[in-house]
Amino acid sequence: MADTDITSKTMDGMGPHGTKVGLLRVLGPAHVWALGVGIVLVGEYMGWNFAVGKGGAYAALIACWFAGILYSCVAMIDSEVTSTVAAAGGQYTQAKHIVGPLMAFNVGLYLVFAYTMLEAGNAITLGYLISVAADMTGATEALDQRPFIILAIMFLAWLNYRGVLATLTFNLVITAFAFCAIILLFFASAPWSEGTMLAHADLMSGQAALPYGWLGVLAAMHFGLWFYLGIEGTTQAAEEVRSPARSLPFGTLAGIMTLLIAATLTWYICVGYLPWEYLGDGVNGAVAPLFSAAQMTGSDGLILILGFGTLFATLASANGCINDASRAWFSMGRDHYLPQWFGAVHPTYRTPYRAILFLVPIALIFALGAPLDQVITFSILSGLLGYTFMPINVILFRRKWPLDTIKRGYVHPFHPIPALVLLALCSVTYFAVFLGYGTQLIAMVSFYIVVSLWFHFWRYRFVKRADQFTMPWPKPRGY
Amino acid sequence: MARYIPPKQSKIGQVIDVIVLLVLSIGALYIPLWLGLAGSSKLPLPADNPTWESLGQNAVMVERWEALGYDPASAHDMITARFDYSFTWGALALMVVVIVGYFLMMLRLSEKEYREVIAEKFEGK
Repeated sequence: MADTDITSKTMDGMGPHGTKVGLLRVLGPAHVWALGVGIVLVGEYMGWNFAVGKGGAYAALIACWFAGILYSCVAMIDSEVTSTVAAAGGQYTQAKHIVGPLMAFNVGLYLVFAYTMLEAGNAITLGYLISVAADMTGATEALDQRPFIILAIMFLAWLNYRGVLATLTFNLVITAFAFCAIILLFFASAPWSEGTMLAHADLMSGQAALPYGWLGVLAAMHFGLWFYLGIEGTTQAAEEVRSPARSLPFGTLAGIMTLLIAATLTWYICVGYLPWEYLGDGVNGAVAPLFSAAQMTGSDGLILILGFGTLFATLASANGCINDASRAWFSMGRDHYLPQWFGAVHPTYRTPYRAILFLVPIALIFALGAPLDQVITFSILSGLLGYTFMPINVILFRRKWPLDTIKRGYVHPFHPIPALVLLALCSVTYFAVFLGYGTQLIAMVSFYIVVSLWFHFWRYRFVKRADQFTMPWPKPRGY
Repeated sequence: MARYIPPKQSKIGQVIDVIVLLVLSIGALYIPLWLGLAGSSKLPLPADNPTWESLGQNAVMVERWEALGYDPASAHDMITARFDYSFTWGALALMVVVIVGYFLMMLRLSEKEYREVIAEKFEGK
């Protein structure tokens, strides 16, 4: 067995092309949890409710749980591979070592687009929230949301530019607040008491139960992913974690458990307060469903807390998205998959500052010009393509390096069942996206086909072959 | 196996590569939006003078709609709008071919590149 010490300060954290300054190793398991949950928790505050629109309230709950199974598989698989491939770029770096450069290039783009679109969705929600706040304080004219969208993205990019520790410590605090706000709303709603305002039986009766039948349950899987999308982002900070073999699996698995609880509570609260048609329309109806539910309670305190919860969740998510997207872009630049100019680390702050700055205008273009459901669909599609890669990745990983060949920080149980379940659930989700959003699906996959050909036949010539394999592993079996 | 030495890319070449990627990504994602091809086919049913009863709302639902600031006329579109989930088998087959074809193409080309990487990395081992 090769003695692979993934905490080594010389084996990882340094670029294969001689990056002089590595990223700082300052993060612990709590930061990993905050990075994962921080990105995702906004999925409870906005976007998931489109699943109600696609299939009704029960369909959204079934989708929530099936998506929970999908993400449990993602977390198990990701934890094993990441506990061995602990380098910035997460799944991108995994793909580079296990499948090949073209797959890595695609995975890098999945990550960048999933997170950048999520960041844009967060900014749209933040703009909406500020406009509602203006209405509630007596504004006579509709507020222009655009300056707030621009300011939010610019501020968070600046925070990321300055340093990862401050950024993720900030995330830890605001994520904890947003999570506690959901718990508080649940207890304040007192579902066990006779006087509760929650009215599940009445609001989900008749045609409201399953308005599209079982086809709607399948269709709801599309936005069911939004409850958890981004949890796999924990691996992006692998080069900045003090003890990756312990912290990454612990932080990721704790994160998925947190989200399963938060997602179920969120569904329970929102469908008990709001008519499903209003809840399911995230553009003209419940843009921020937990905030809308708090408004139904009539309690100023809850409205304020859930308003800040929504605000903090969007900020934490956008913050984590900038962190993750920029690290994936940085890693691709460092490997010459993209122009190497992007592979620079800031000499003082030791952050991938050029990648951070470059992605700001892309997020702005979509935040200012596309509807929320479209932006979310683009994010989900990129995430979904990434999840389809994971079972392929882990099956090849186990085949090329069986358990007795390299040391893992974590070994996921029941292989290959999680990989096969994940593949089956991804197939169902493609069909769910196809129902209602088929054009985007075809447009996005066509885009990836074209850029794949561009990479293979043009860009790959600038890539040093052997430098793509930086892990101190033995030669893979079968080569 | 001779070690592959990549050509050095000029600064202009780097800029062009970034522009190509930007145009491809923003174009592919934005063009369907501009052309009105993207998005849900969710259309409300036409109705004159809708009432809560005609919209199928019970007493609790009506109470919640009114608390949200809606009356039957303003809630009508939201309540009656439905997705059209009808599809042709041809369209479904096209989706399957595009997705499966994409992954097969990518795995095949990746494997070719990966063999070069491994051959150079573990040369003589």
